[in-house]
Amino acid sequence: MTEPTRLSLHVPEPLVRPGGTPDFSHVTIPRAGTVRRPEVDVPAKDIHDLAWSIIRVLNRHSEAVGPWATGLDAEKLKSGLRAMMKTRAYDARMTMAQRQGKTSFYIQCTGEEAVACGFQAALSPGDMNFPTYRQQGLLIAQDWPLVDMMCQVFSNSGDRLKGRQLPIMYTVREAGFFSISGNLGTQFVQAVGWAMASAIRGDTKVSAGWIGDGSTAESDFHSALVFASVYRPPVILNVVNNQWAISSYQGIAGGENATFAARALGYGIPALRVDGNDYLAVHAAAAWAIERARRNLGPTLIEWVTYRVAAHSTSDDPSKYRPKEESDAWPLGDPIEQLKNHLIVLGAWSDERQAQLQAEIEDEVRAAAREAESLGTLHDGPKPSAAEMFQGVYKEMPRHLREQRHEMGV
Amino acid sequence: MTMVEAIRDAMDVMMGRDERVVVFGEDVGYFGGVFRCTDGLQRKYGRSRCFDTPISETGIIGVAVGMGAYGLRPVAEIQFADYVYPGYDQIVSEAARLRYRSAGEFTAPMVVRMPCGGGIFGGQTHSQSPEALFTHVAGLKTVIPSNPYEAKGLLIAAIEDDDPVIFLEPKRLYNGPFNGHHDQPVTPWARHELGETPEGHYAIPLGTAAIRRPGEAVTVIAYGTMVHVAEAAAEETGIDAEIIDLRTLIPLDVETIAASVTRTGRCVILHEATLTSGFGAELSAQIQERCFHHLESPIIRVAGWDTPYPHAQEWDYFPGPDRVGRALRRAMEA
Repeated sequence: MTEPTRLSLHVPEPLVRPGGTPDFSHVTIPRAGTVRRPEVDVPAKDIHDLAWSIIRVLNRHSEAVGPWATGLDAEKLKSGLRAMMKTRAYDARMTMAQRQGKTSFYIQCTGEEAVACGFQAALSPGDMNFPTYRQQGLLIAQDWPLVDMMCQVFSNSGDRLKGRQLPIMYTVREAGFFSISGNLGTQFVQAVGWAMASAIRGDTKVSAGWIGDGSTAESDFHSALVFASVYRPPVILNVVNNQWAISSYQGIAGGENATFAARALGYGIPALRVDGNDYLAVHAAAAWAIERARRNLGPTLIEWVTYRVAAHSTSDDPSKYRPKEESDAWPLGDPIEQLKNHLIVLGAWSDERQAQLQAEIEDEVRAAAREAESLGTLHDGPKPSAAEMFQGVYKEMPRHLREQRHEMGV
Repeated sequence: MTMVEAIRDAMDVMMGRDERVVVFGEDVGYFGGVFRCTDGLQRKYGRSRCFDTPISETGIIGVAVGMGAYGLRPVAEIQFADYVYPGYDQIVSEAARLRYRSAGEFTAPMVVRMPCGGGIFGGQTHSQSPEALFTHVAGLKTVIPSNPYEAKGLLIAAIEDDDPVIFLEPKRLYNGPFNGHHDQPVTPWARHELGETPEGHYAIPLGTAAIRRPGEAVTVIAYGTMVHVAEAAAEETGIDAEIIDLRTLIPLDVETIAASVTRTGRCVILHEATLTSGFGAELSAQIQERCFHHLESPIIRVAGWDTPYPHAQEWDYFPGPDRVGRALRRAMEA
C-alpha cells in the first residue's frame, strides 16, 4: 500500500512583489500581424486559437501589419490619439482635484485608454455600453463635454445625477453610456438583457458589457455568458484584463490556468484576445465583434490584455503590493506613444504637433475644470439641495418619503 | 377562476395590450410553469415573448434589468421565493436603485413574481415568506394578494407600474382560500365571491389596503394566506375583529391601519414569515407612533417561529387559526 499523498492548498502568487525586479517573461506575446482574421460568421469552435493568442497590429517599427490592419485613415487615427490624450489629461486633472479635497474619490484609467477610446469609435449611435468605472474614455472619445463629467465628479450644482452617486459613476443615456453601478460585475448580465430586448423588438442596436479580470469571478459574469450563449443576443462581452484587481493579481481570479478569453469557449461563444494597448488592434477587433452582433450572428467575448498603470483608485497605494517599476516593464508599451509613433511613421504627425496638441488639450481641460468648479465642489460652493435626496427613489414619491422629507424640514 | 388562472389572465391581458410585456423564467415557456401560471402564453404570443430561462436567478433578474432599461416590461418568474437569493443583489443593488442613481435617465420597470409561503409540506426550500427582505429596500414596491380577483388587478397594476415590483403569490391560495384548517377540505375559489374575476383589463392601485371584515373590537392586520386564517379565527372566537388585508406592503396604506386601530384600540398583526425583524415589527412601530394614546392593550404579533421552515412540523410552525384565536382573546383581555 502506498502512502496517501498529503494534500496542500494552492494559493496563486505573482512572480514579483515590491523590491523585486519586474518580470513579464511568462506573458507570451506573438509578433504583430501574425494572428489570423477569420470571417465574422465563423463558428466559435473554429477559432479556439484566437482565445489563447494576442491580436496585435503595430509592430516594433510602428507599422500596421497583418490581417487586422484594417486601414483606419490618418484623420480617424488622430482623433483616436486626441481622445486618449484627453482622457489621460482629464484623469490627471481630476486626480489632482481629489488631492485638493474638491471631491472624495477618483479612478484613473492610465495605460488603458486605447481600450475604451478604440472600442467607442467602432460603435454607432443607439448602441449601449454597460461600462465599469475605468471606461471614461467611452465618453471622452465621443467628445462628451468634460464639464458635465467634472460636475458629476464634484457632486456640485451642475451634477446631472444630483449628487446622489459616487464620483466617476457617470450616467449619460444619450451617449450610450449606461448608469455605472459601482457594484462589480452586475452590469455584465444587464448588457445581455439589453441586447436580448433589442433582438426581441427586432431592432438593430447592439450592446457592450464591460468587466475587469478580477470581477469575472462574480456569478454575474457566468450568468451573462450562459444567457448570451443560450439566446445569442447582439452583445460584445468585454473583459479588460489589466493584471490587477486592487492588490490581487489576475491569478487570484483564475488567470493562472487559462486566459479570460478561453472562458467563453466552454459556452460556445467566439472569443478574441487582443492587445489592449494597440489602438489599431482594439478598433479592428471591436469592429469585427460589432459587425457579428449587428448581423445577428450573436455574442463575442473579447479579452483586452493591458496593464493598470495607476493605482486602483485615489484610496489605493500600489507600491504596497507590486514593484514601482512594473508598469515600465509592461511589454505591450503605452497606447498613446504607440499610436503617436505610428502616425509619425505614416508621415501624418510629428513630435512638434504632438506637443502642440498636448498643450491644447491641457488648456481645454483646465478651462473645463474652472467652469465646473464655478458650479461648486464637494465641500465648497453650490451643491444639490438636501430635498433632492428624496426625489427619484420612486417615480411618484410615496407617503413615507414625503413624511421623512417633511421631518427633515426641507 | 382560481388564483393561478387569475394571475395567468393578468399576464395574458397585458401581453395582448402591450407588446413590450415579456414573460420568462424557469419552466415557464413550453411547459407553462410548475404551478401552471404561464400555461398557454408561449403558444399564444410566441417564443420571444414567453420563454424558458437557464436556472440562474442572477441571470433572470439581471437580464430583466437590462430589458427594463431598454424599454420592455419584463415579468420574471422566480420558481419559488425561496430561490430568489442568488438574484437578490440584482434586485437590491440594481433594479431598486437605477432610477435614483441615474437621476431618472434609466429605469428598471419589472415585475418579479414568486410563489411564497407555507402549507404545502414544502420544507425549508418551498415555504419561505421573504417579504421583509424586500420591504427594507428603498426603491422597491412589494405586493401580496390574497384572492383571485385582486391578484389579477394587482398584477396588472404591477406590470403597468414604472418602478420594480416584487409580486409574492401565496402558493397555498392558488387553488382555494386556505384558512389554516389543514384537516378540512378547502372551498374552491369558484364558490368564493373574490374568486369571481371579470374578463379583460382592470387594475387595483398599489398602496391601498382592503377591509375584509369590518369590526369594532380589535384590528387584525394581515396579508396573503393569513387574511383567511384571520377570518376563520374571528368567526370561531366570535370576536368582532376588523380584518385589514394590506395587499401592498410598500407603499403602505397607513391611513387605513391608523384609522382602524384608533377606533378599536387593539391590534393583532399576522404573518407567516419569521417574527424577528419581520414586517410586523414595522407595522407595530408605525401603529404605536400614530395611535399610542388610543391603544388599550399591547400590540400583539402572531408570526412564524424564528426557525427555518420545518417539514414534519408544518402545522406546529404555521400560525393557524388556533394561535390567532388565542391572540385575539389576549388582545381583548388586556
